[in-house]
Amino acid sequence: MMQTGKQSGSVRGICCGLLLGWLVVGAAVSAAPPVSPEQTIAGSARCVVKLYGAGGVRGLEAYQTGILVSAAGHVVTVQSTVLDSDEIDCVLDDGRRYSATLLGCDPLRELAVLSIQGEDLPAFSWEQLPRVAPGTRVFALSNLFGVAVGDERVSVQHGVVSGVVPLDARRGAHEAPYRGDVYILDCTTNNPGSAGGAVVDWRGRLLGMLGKELRATTSGIWLNYALPVDEVEQGYRSVLAGQGASPTPTGEAALDSVAMRFDPQLLGVVFVPDLLDRTPPFVESVRSGSAAAAAGLRTDDLVVAVNGRSVSSRTGVQHILAELATGDRVQFTVVREGSIVECGLGPRPALSRKP
Amino acid sequence: MAGWLLVTGWFVLIAAAFAEQPASPGNGAEVAPEVLAAQQQRIEVIARASQAAVAIFAGEAGGGSGVLISADGYALTNFHVVQPAGVAMQCGLADGRQYEAVLVGLDPTGDVALIKLLGRDDFPYAALADSDTVEVGDFCFAAGNPFLLATDFHPSISAGIVSGVHRYQFPAGTILEYADCLQVDAAINPGNSGGALFDAQGRIIGVNGRASFEKRGRVNVGVGYAISANQLRHFLGCLKGGRLVDHATLGATAATAEDGRVVVSDILDSSDAYRRGLRYDDEIVAIAGRTVRTVNALKNVLGTLPAGWRVPLVYRRQGRRYEILVRLAGVHSAAELASIVAGENSKQTRRPRPGPPGTPQPAEEKHEPSGHPVSDQLSAAVKEVYEARPGFTNYHFNTVELSRVARSVAAWHGDSGRGTWVMAGHLGSGEPFRIELADTRATIDLPTGTTSVDASGDLDTNPSPPGSGGMLAALIVWRRLVLEGPTALGRTSYWGTAPLDPAALISGEEPVLIDVLETAVAAVETRVSVTPSGAVAAIDLWTAPDADPCELTFAQALPISGIPAGWPARIEARHGDKLFGVFHIEAASVQAAAPQTDSPADAAGEVPRPVEAPGET
Repeated sequence: MMQTGKQSGSVRGICCGLLLGWLVVGAAVSAAPPVSPEQTIAGSARCVVKLYGAGGVRGLEAYQTGILVSAAGHVVTVQSTVLDSDEIDCVLDDGRRYSATLLGCDPLRELAVLSIQGEDLPAFSWEQLPRVAPGTRVFALSNLFGVAVGDERVSVQHGVVSGVVPLDARRGAHEAPYRGDVYILDCTTNNPGSAGGAVVDWRGRLLGMLGKELRATTSGIWLNYALPVDEVEQGYRSVLAGQGASPTPTGEAALDSVAMRFDPQLLGVVFVPDLLDRTPPFVESVRSGSAAAAAGLRTDDLVVAVNGRSVSSRTGVQHILAELATGDRVQFTVVREGSIVECGLGPRPALSRKP
Repeated sequence: MAGWLLVTGWFVLIAAAFAEQPASPGNGAEVAPEVLAAQQQRIEVIARASQAAVAIFAGEAGGGSGVLISADGYALTNFHVVQPAGVAMQCGLADGRQYEAVLVGLDPTGDVALIKLLGRDDFPYAALADSDTVEVGDFCFAAGNPFLLATDFHPSISAGIVSGVHRYQFPAGTILEYADCLQVDAAINPGNSGGALFDAQGRIIGVNGRASFEKRGRVNVGVGYAISANQLRHFLGCLKGGRLVDHATLGATAATAEDGRVVVSDILDSSDAYRRGLRYDDEIVAIAGRTVRTVNALKNVLGTLPAGWRVPLVYRRQGRRYEILVRLAGVHSAAELASIVAGENSKQTRRPRPGPPGTPQPAEEKHEPSGHPVSDQLSAAVKEVYEARPGFTNYHFNTVELSRVARSVAAWHGDSGRGTWVMAGHLGSGEPFRIELADTRATIDLPTGTTSVDASGDLDTNPSPPGSGGMLAALIVWRRLVLEGPTALGRTSYWGTAPLDPAALISGEEPVLIDVLETAVAAVETRVSVTPSGAVAAIDLWTAPDADPCELTFAQALPISGIPAGWPARIEARHGDKLFGVFHIEAASVQAAAPQTDSPADAAGEVPRPVEAPGET
C-alpha cells in the first residue's frame, strides 16, 4: 500500500449480501476508496524501479529490480554484481531516470540500499505487518527479463504464498548467508532481473522483496521466494544505521588508494580473490598458527562486520582494518552455516607492508 | 448485471484474499452464492471459448493451436505453426471431430497465419476484442494444445493475468517480430502457439505465440507473449485475400537522443516520409495517434501495421510541430518474403538464432520436419480451394474476396450506362468545371484551360490535368471499374483492408477499415477503396513507382434524381502535399455514346441539368 496510512481490521468471511466482490470487500476492510486489482497493481508499480548496472556477460544480467521505500529516494534491492558499477541507473514507472548511489549493504540478507535524488517520489510505507500465512494471494512486480524499458511498466505475476520456511539455498559455490524464513511463492519469480522486485498483497501492501536466483540446497530446484517485509525493513534500517555511523566503504570510497588498505594476510586471513569492486569477504584460507587460526576463523566464513561495523566487501574489510591503530583489538563477526560467530583476532599488527 | 458479474467474477473468487486469514476450503464454511455464481460464469465462458479452440496437427513436423473467428471456418494461428504443414493441415475441435484446413494468408513478419477449416458453415467461433482496452492485472486465459496433449482435441486451459501491455519483442532476424504484444503469466508452453488468449468474457484479446524460456529449458516460466487482437484485425483483410503480407516500415530509423527525445537517425530519400518532409534529426512525437516516447513505442506501432497503410505522423523541428500523412513501405521485398515462406531461411525462421539467455522463442511444439506436403498429395476438398500463384499464399481466396467486392460495386451502381459520363459543377473557388469520360477520351474543362487524355492507350504518359498527378486517368479507371467490374479491369487483385480515413487515426482510435483493390492497367497502378456498400471511396493512381500518386476521394451523394446511382457528390483531388481541387458536382448524366454504340434509349440525348447542390458529407 502506498503511503495512505495504516489499515487494520480483517474480513473473516464474505457477507452474503456481497454483490460486487472486490469492491464491496475492499470497502468493508477499510474506509479507503474501493480499488480493482488493476488499480492496486498500477499503484504498487509506481514504487517499483528498474535498475541497470554492471553485467551483461556470462549469464550475469546487467539489470534487476528495486523498491522505493522512502519519499527521500531510498531504494532497496538485492546485493548483486549489478551494483558493482559506479553508474547505477534507476528508471521509475513514469520513465524518469536517475543515477543511483549505493548507500550500503546488509551482507546477511544480501540486501542493498540505494539513494536517488528526485522530487515527488512515490514509495511503499513500512506497515509492520505480521507474517502472512500460506494461501495469501499476492502479486509480484519485477523487471523480469528486462522486458520493460523507459516508461513501460514492470511485469506483474500473480500467485499465492505457498509456504513460509527457512531459506537454505545456493547458486554454485555461493551459499545464501540468510537462513531465516522466506515466503515461497507458487508463481515463477525466479527469472533474470526479477530479484529486488516487490511482492504485494491484493490491497497493494508490501509483503516482501523477491530474492536472488538461487536453488534449494537439498533438491537443486530453482526457488521462487521473497524476503519478508520485516526482514527487508531490518536490513534497510541496519544499512542506514551503519551508514550514519561509519559509511560502508563502497562506491567511490572503494576506489581509494590501496595505501589506505590493510592486508588481512598479516592476520593470517586469505580472502577470496578480489575480482569485483565489491567481492564479498569470504575467507578462502586461514594460515595455521596465525592470529586468525587462533581466533577459530575458518574457510568459507563470510565476514559481515569488523569491530561492529558492517562490511559488504573485501575492500571494506581492508579499509576498516587500515583505519585502526596498531595494537587495536580486531574483532570479526562472521556468518558460518547460517549462524553468527564472533572471532577475536587480537591486536592489529603494524602496517608493515602494502597489500 | 450479468456482464458486470462476469467481469467481477474473478474478483469475487479472490475476495477471500482480503481476509487476513487465507481461504480454507473444505472446513465447512459457507460459500457465498455470488462466489459460486461467478465461478459458474467463468466455467461457462471457458466452455464456450473452448469450442472455438483449434488443435492443429502438422504431421510429423509438430503442431500447435489456433482459434476460429468466423462461422464459415476462418481461424487464426501462428506462421511458425503452419509453416511446416504447408498448404493443408488436419485440425481438431473440442467436439472431438477432425477437420481438414487449408492455408489462406500468411504474415511471416508478424508470425500470423489465417487458415480455413472446411466442411461446415456453422463453426463455433470467438470475437476479437479491442486489445487496447486491456489493462495490466486483467484476468485472462489461454486455450490451446500445449505439448500436443489434446488427443481428444479438447483444449488445455491455463489462467493468469495480463502482466504487461504494449510490449516489444525483437524479431529473430527480420521476421517473427512481436510488437505491441500482451505479456501474460498464464502458462504458455510449446504447443500453445497460435491459440487464443481470451479475456474474462471469452473474447479474443490476442494470439499466443512466444514465451521467455531460460535456464529451465522450454517450459513456461510465467512469461508468455500474445500478438494483440488489434494487430490481427489490421492484417485480417490482407490475410483473407490469400496474400503473403508484409509489415510496414517508415523508411526511416529512429534513435533516442541524449535528452531522451526520439529522433530520426536515418531516412531513405525514396521514402514517402522523406517526400512529405521528414528529415534527419527531426523529433518523432506521435504516429498513428500514439505518442512516441521511446524507440520501442515507435516500433510497437509500426509493427502492428501492414505495408501500404497510410498513417498520420507528428514530428517536431526547431520547436515547430508538423503533421503529415505517410504511406508505409514494406520491410521485405516480395522475393525475400517468398523465400522465407518457402523455408529457404528455415534455420532462421524455425530456430531463431540463439540470442542472449532469456531471448523469447516461439512456443510451438517441434518435431523434426519430414518434408512438406506437395500439391499432388492434397485432398480433393483442399484442391477445390487452393490455387498457387506468386505473391499469394492461396490465390483462390483472392478471387473469393474480389468477387465479393465486385458484387457490392455492381449492386451500388446499378446500370450506369455505357455512354459518355458528364459531370459539371463548381470548384471550391466557385469557378465552374466540366468533366467528360468516354470509352476513348476523357476531357476536363477548368478555368485554367481544357485538357484531355486518350483513354484507349497507356495512361502513364499523360498525368493530366497538369499538377493533378493523373486525375483524368484515375477517373477513367473509376468508370471502367464501375462499367466492367474489377475482374475485367486489367490485372486486378484484392489487396485487403485499410483505414477509410487515414487522417482520423490521429485520434488513436481503432480505424474503420474498408476493402481495397489493387490494379495494374494501361501502364498505371491504382488502389481503389470500396465501402461496404460498394461505393468507390478513393482512388490512388501512380504513373511511376516511388512517386507521389494522384489521390481522389469521393464523397457520396444521397440518391438524387438526375445523378446516376452511386456517383459522388464531390471529388477531392490531391497530389503530393497539394490539394489540386475540390469538385462539387451539381449536374451529372450519361450521354448517348458515340453513334456506333448501342446505348440505352432512355439515356440518349440527355443533357446535364442542374440538380440541387448535394449536402456535403
